[in-house]
Amino acid sequence: MKKTVLNQLHHLAGARMMEFGGWEMPVQYAGVIAEHLAVREAAGLFDVSHMGELEVSGPQAFDFLQYATINDVASLADGQIQYTALCYPDGGVVDDLTLYRFSAERYLLCVNAANSDKDFAWLRQLCADSNFTELELSNRSSEYAQLALQGPRAAEILARLTTADLTDLKYYWFAEAEVAGVATIVSRTGYTGEDGFELYCPTAGGVVLWQALLAAGAPLGLQPAGLGARDTLRLEKAYALYGHEITAGIHPLEARLAWITKLNSSDFVGRQALLEAKKKGLKRKLIGLQLTEPGVPREGYPVLCDGREVGRVTSGTMSPCLKVGIALALVETAFAAGEQALQIGIRKRQVAAERVKPPFVK
Amino acid sequence: MDFPDELKYTEEHEWILIEEDVVTIGITDFAQDQLGDVVFVELPEVGDRLETGKTLGVVESVKAVSDVYAPLSGEVVEINEALPDEPELLNTSAYEDGWMLKLKLSSPKELDSLLDAAEYQKFIAQD
Repeated sequence: MKKTVLNQLHHLAGARMMEFGGWEMPVQYAGVIAEHLAVREAAGLFDVSHMGELEVSGPQAFDFLQYATINDVASLADGQIQYTALCYPDGGVVDDLTLYRFSAERYLLCVNAANSDKDFAWLRQLCADSNFTELELSNRSSEYAQLALQGPRAAEILARLTTADLTDLKYYWFAEAEVAGVATIVSRTGYTGEDGFELYCPTAGGVVLWQALLAAGAPLGLQPAGLGARDTLRLEKAYALYGHEITAGIHPLEARLAWITKLNSSDFVGRQALLEAKKKGLKRKLIGLQLTEPGVPREGYPVLCDGREVGRVTSGTMSPCLKVGIALALVETAFAAGEQALQIGIRKRQVAAERVKPPFVK
Repeated sequence: MDFPDELKYTEEHEWILIEEDVVTIGITDFAQDQLGDVVFVELPEVGDRLETGKTLGVVESVKAVSDVYAPLSGEVVEINEALPDEPELLNTSAYEDGWMLKLKLSSPKELDSLLDAAEYQKFIAQD
């Protein structure tokens, strides 16, 4: 199992560790619910160094990324970030990612940990098959530690450690700055639905950055937070997680990602298949469900209508903020909206669920 | 972690308080710590007959679903009505307010197979 540079600190802090995407990662420190609420009410600090970083540079970098990703790279300015995805020719998703534009000829892709080698191989193959020659691809995942500082007090905490002007740094923009003396890419992004930052630094600087942030943030309520809270936080905001809402077998239009799928911009891998799927009409749609009876929906549970299975839960949990069961579910289009009552099959029970327009927590 | 001497234990991480032929059953401090925040509890109904080793109920934490197995056979005579609304009692008061149910034993001989506090602590240390 791979270990992040902060592994020893997590063990010392008494974190419960688990395998995730080939990495030994902290799932919780004080407890999932306490960490979740800390992020919603104050701030949490996550080690997300398992995430992969791939760099694309060279004169053809723009053209290549416009071809490889489904969003419109032309809409990005230097210092701006875009949520996007890589698709296969049949429209299935290779991975979802954030794309950072440093310049017209240099980009960084932040990809899912478990997918980083697959993504890198996929990009190399695309590059070779499509004769992009003036281009350099490099997998820089081992060179970066990445921390996510998330919550309403994140900016106040970060401001104590950097001279960078954070008030000018808008959502989905980044700046290069020193934080606690460590050269850092400060990115105003996150996976919790709160204000916050994702901080990329050279791996060797990860420990200093982690400790400095915890020390500066503790008086403001900052807590270390694990992957357990990361999952419940993203689910309350209905953010997709690769391997659950999006996979090689679920395309972005089905997964509520039409907003990043720019079918009318230039050609990209998967575009034809997605145009056809749209023309034919989608067979399935991802919807939000909230239980109206006690229970915890989980991945794989059936969604039922009059006793018939009409879909499956892709992710579910007990919402720490709402204190009810919430789920994202991929259902037959005819049941995605409308009045027919739905249930989720939990063991031997059929538990009533109502459709909720995501996010679950506004 | 706390393992009161007056209780008996099982390798499935349950505690048992014996009062003549009625026993009270819950999950141990070790079990609740391993599970993390408990968010849902499913219990049998009063009058249900339980058989040793069969599922007695379900405890769900944020991340996981865990079956709880009946440590003894008998008839359910009382369940903890507070748990459905306050499943976190399993975390905050595993041996007191977080009790799960009371069972009228059908074969008291089964009590002989239970562990005492020292044996249970030895078991979890090895596990």
